Amino acid sequence: MTKDAAGKEAIVEGRVLSDGTPVRSGYARLLGTGDEFVAEVPLGEDGGFRFFAAPGEWTLRVLAPGGVRAERTVSADIGQITSVEVLV
Amino acid sequence: MSRSDVLVDADWVEARIGEPGIALVEVDEDTSAYDRGHIPGAIKIDWKKDLQDPVRRDFVDKAGFEALLSERGISNDDTVVLYGGNNNWFAAYAYWYFKLYGHQNVLLLDGGRKKWELDSRELTTDVPAREKTSYTATEQDASLRALRDEVLAAIGKRNLVDVRSPDEFAGRLLAPAHLPQEQAQRGGHIPTARNVPWSKAANDDGTFRSDDELETLYKGEAGLDFGKDTIAYCRIGERSAHTWFVLHEILGQPNVKNYDGSWTEYGSLVGVPIELGDAR
Repeated sequence: MTKDAAGKEAIVEGRVLSDGTPVRSGYARLLGTGDEFVAEVPLGEDGGFRFFAAPGEWTLRVLAPGGVRAERTVSADIGQITSVEVLV
Repeated sequence: MSRSDVLVDADWVEARIGEPGIALVEVDEDTSAYDRGHIPGAIKIDWKKDLQDPVRRDFVDKAGFEALLSERGISNDDTVVLYGGNNNWFAAYAYWYFKLYGHQNVLLLDGGRKKWELDSRELTTDVPAREKTSYTATEQDASLRALRDEVLAAIGKRNLVDVRSPDEFAGRLLAPAHLPQEQAQRGGHIPTARNVPWSKAANDDGTFRSDDELETLYKGEAGLDFGKDTIAYCRIGERSAHTWFVLHEILGQPNVKNYDGSWTEYGSLVGVPIELGDAR
């Protein structure tokens, strides 16, 4: 997990990779405390996703065809881009 | 109404692609999703451009709805099958809308676009040609839509279900965390409302949870009185259309209305009661 500057936003972004190859078909969802659904986006051509979150702890869940499922815990801070690579 | 009257699965849709009498329609929060690929035979309706009045804060009127459906080639006799991303969020909104204007045969593809994709089923960028029709809508069905005065009168009397996230309910946020626009003047919720975030009704793959699970969620956990009438609301009326679908169409509750003015209207009204804080 790496962190960069992001102005006033608390950004959580990343890529989903399988054996080093981007996973282009699938979804990333952001869950708050108690598994509370916050947002969901389809993965991009590069396996990428991006959320404008609030500061705090989040769970990132990835779903992809073939029953693929992966989960990571991430923390977001105002002014930072939290970058995550999810390997499935 | 019950689950089997209103939901179909992907096999059902796949077996009927291109069949006359079926109008498959994608409605998405992300209105560009259709252009990147959709279920073969599906046409697109844009929830904002096609369904909202461009000037007033309201839906397109009856004539506008008739013109839209005629132009898209949907006839009164067609079975309309709606689907979309994000747990059918906006597809459920469109479903409510079709019912509001009296379309009889409307179905939702359970799991929507997401389940279709996760199952690795075919998507295409081909846009089908449908012959124009001459669609006739009915007047809006007032039994499905709650306006502000009715909501105020329902405080403490009917079930009020606030389907926004707990942070919005408590008044800490005015919009979902990823959408900054369209804010009300004040935060909080309508007094006596129970908080059941809309997405709790869906499984991870976007399908609706079982009848038993749904009943436990609304009746058991949130304490809704199923003997009373219910009004659902959120921020702008789309998430609550999803909950309206669950309560009215799947669980068959008789009197459920969607308050589409929702928090952006209520939270900007002068003099109305507002409650702050987390759900009790």
